[in-house]
Amino acid sequence: MSKLRLLFVKEAQAAYISHLDLMRTFQRCFPRTELDIRHTQGYHPHPIISIVLPLPVGQSSDCELLDFEVTQDTDGSGIADKLNTGMPTGIRVLDCYATKRPVRELDSLRADVTLEYDAGVPEGAAEQLQVLLSRDSLVIQKRTKRKELADVDIAPMIRNAAVTADEHNLYLDITVQAQNPGLNPQLVEKAIAAYLPQLTPDFVRVRRRAILDANGQDFR
Amino acid sequence: MDKKLERILPRVQKPARYVGGEYNAVIKDKVQVDTRIAFCFPDTYEIGMSNLGMRILYGVMNQMEGVWCERVFAPWGDMEEEMRRADIPLFGLESGDPITNFDIVAFSVGYEMAFTAILNMLDLAGIPLRSAQRDGLTPLVIAGGTAMYNAEPIADFIDLISLGEGEDITVELVELHRRARREGWSKAEFLRAAARLDGIYVPSLYEIAYNDDGTVQAITPRDGAPAVVTKRIVHDMDKAYFPVNTIVPSTEIVQDRVMLELFRGCIRGCRFCQAGYVYRPVRNRSRELCAQYCLDSCNDSGYQEVTLSSLSTSDYPPLTELCDQLEPFCESRHVNLSLPSLRADNFSMALMQRLAKGRKTGLTFAPEAGTQRLRDVINKNVTLEELLNSCRTAFAGGYNAVKLYFMLGLPTETDEDVLGIADVAARVMHAWRESAPNKQRGVRITVSTSYFVPKPHTAFQWEPQITREEYERRVQLLRQAMTTKTVTYNWHDGQTSFIEAVLARGDRRLGNVLEAVWRKGGHLDAWEEYFSLDRWREAFEECGVDPAFYAYRRREKDEIMPWDMISSGVTRQYLWREYENAMAGVTTPDCRTRCNGCGANQLVGGKCDV
Repeated sequence: MSKLRLLFVKEAQAAYISHLDLMRTFQRCFPRTELDIRHTQGYHPHPIISIVLPLPVGQSSDCELLDFEVTQDTDGSGIADKLNTGMPTGIRVLDCYATKRPVRELDSLRADVTLEYDAGVPEGAAEQLQVLLSRDSLVIQKRTKRKELADVDIAPMIRNAAVTADEHNLYLDITVQAQNPGLNPQLVEKAIAAYLPQLTPDFVRVRRRAILDANGQDFR
Repeated sequence: MDKKLERILPRVQKPARYVGGEYNAVIKDKVQVDTRIAFCFPDTYEIGMSNLGMRILYGVMNQMEGVWCERVFAPWGDMEEEMRRADIPLFGLESGDPITNFDIVAFSVGYEMAFTAILNMLDLAGIPLRSAQRDGLTPLVIAGGTAMYNAEPIADFIDLISLGEGEDITVELVELHRRARREGWSKAEFLRAAARLDGIYVPSLYEIAYNDDGTVQAITPRDGAPAVVTKRIVHDMDKAYFPVNTIVPSTEIVQDRVMLELFRGCIRGCRFCQAGYVYRPVRNRSRELCAQYCLDSCNDSGYQEVTLSSLSTSDYPPLTELCDQLEPFCESRHVNLSLPSLRADNFSMALMQRLAKGRKTGLTFAPEAGTQRLRDVINKNVTLEELLNSCRTAFAGGYNAVKLYFMLGLPTETDEDVLGIADVAARVMHAWRESAPNKQRGVRITVSTSYFVPKPHTAFQWEPQITREEYERRVQLLRQAMTTKTVTYNWHDGQTSFIEAVLARGDRRLGNVLEAVWRKGGHLDAWEEYFSLDRWREAFEECGVDPAFYAYRRREKDEIMPWDMISSGVTRQYLWREYENAMAGVTTPDCRTRCNGCGANQLVGGKCDV
């Protein structure tokens, strides 16, 4: 038996594949690897597959991880290429390897958040956003799992944020807490709406760049 | 991806439906392409992608050099609203390009309630609705599919109709269109030439005259168009294209599995069933080839479920042998075989054991009518005892859910027949008590009734639909009779079936109604969420059309039907004979027992593959 981990890119059209659909997509590709995925025991056995930090629909990522277990003994070499023969556009498996680190060691994630302004970036926007994200408290309203609105302070979950700008875009390089609880970088949009409504962008694009351990090193 | 599209996607449900990029979607280099085809399905992605015909023709067209066929589906309401607001025309999923200037815009039309969605899709694409408003050779708007055996309600909107199975004719048609463009033909010249291809019906080349009573007086072809257009079929299923390397959607669809087509046609001859008549004659695919396609399809798609598809799968002669042949593969790859529905008269222990080994959830039987008398009228040829035996087999084998489908409003139906449905349900319940090995788990028996819609090209094409009031009375009657606990009774709402009955046997005068309904907001009428009977009522009134004339009227034996220029290969004389047999309660044996002379054998040179 082996515990394996996949590192993959999710981008372009594949950004719109939901978490559950992505699991199904991988499940359908596994037969190409000739690996025998371990299944749960019980009346309706289902394959043991989990995606480490499910990406919100619409976002792209350079560094998704998927954990799975197989009955064979293998270090995972050659698996990535086989999987890539059956993937939809926008999903590319970069690596497959034996899982060494537990998911709890995953600490933060770094993302590029692009705020698009069709009429041009407002004067002083970069500075204002930088100041906003440096505040000690940044309370936004967020839907809870029970679909109620709740006030959440996202400031403690922001580790680092740097804002740059060009004519039509603000580029936010942001590092946020990844779990327990994690912060969706897209929520910066809500903070802007609440605190700097004049800076509300026309569109926000998020791409996950790295997932990091407590030492700021890539988590693999 | 298109920037405008990217901006609206976060606001719509299930955006993966609108972006393409699925495994096996065909991407071509535009430089190498001289024919762009938008293959449109007038319903949502989930429904359209579940359609095997769509997958076959997509493969056939994309095999042609220089041809790029893309898929187009109807957007859900939220997406449509966003597209209109952002000024995004309907686009092909493969390229993302607007289909407005494609060479051919082709619709696959399986059911009448999709008609308004066709108009809506043309409008979303920025294409003028009516054929007469489109002067150029492109975009050529064409249609095919089962609902096109009576295309008259949408005849004014479509340039030409392809009848029957599209594998061969589609290629011929695309080539002809390519030649027409190359040689600079006018649209009229092209349509005249297309009308000479077997299986192509060009509505604008037929003049329809009406009698004072509203019935059709004459159908007059002109410019060399044939008086009768006969459907096309594939002669040899072993040579027919099968989409082994088919698109695997990245989001869940209705039929999210391999669809393995075992045969076409049906030996049974149920008198209400349009598919049973228009898909004749029976043509089997060899067992070896089916097995090979099954393996190849599973290997390519990664699906772990295969549905053995056809109109009546248990009638495939080597069915158990095929299941046995596939067993080692299914076992090693955890692949389940399933059947779309079962006939109650030949469902056996042997077959049951070969299906869905792990998951024994439910089985579906369609007795269609509650008494033997009425089952004989419709030629269902299933007895109550056969049904109960099948249920006993299933219950004994561990199944604990059975679905039973019936129709209300079949010709000659009486209250006794309606109440017979409740009796069948009670007996099935009793069969469970007798034969279930483990009663602790309980049983679920579901009875569903639909509202019978008489269809063209069937033995009941002359019959009126019962009125909506009468249908609702029969539903109530049955509800009160359904006293057995653990039997759930579901019934169809009568509104859509009434409109379906109007459209199914409608004529060209319904074109104005369709356009009016569409203008009032009828964009996706196949969905209850979007269907509104009031919209249709208003439209009928405005256009001076009486829907009862189409739905509730009994046709005379020799009345000219609006679809009489179209032949499925089954003769009208045969349909009438079947109608008379129905009224006399006389059954007709299946095609394997005896050839009944329906005429469809002429399509395959006289001898069917039964």
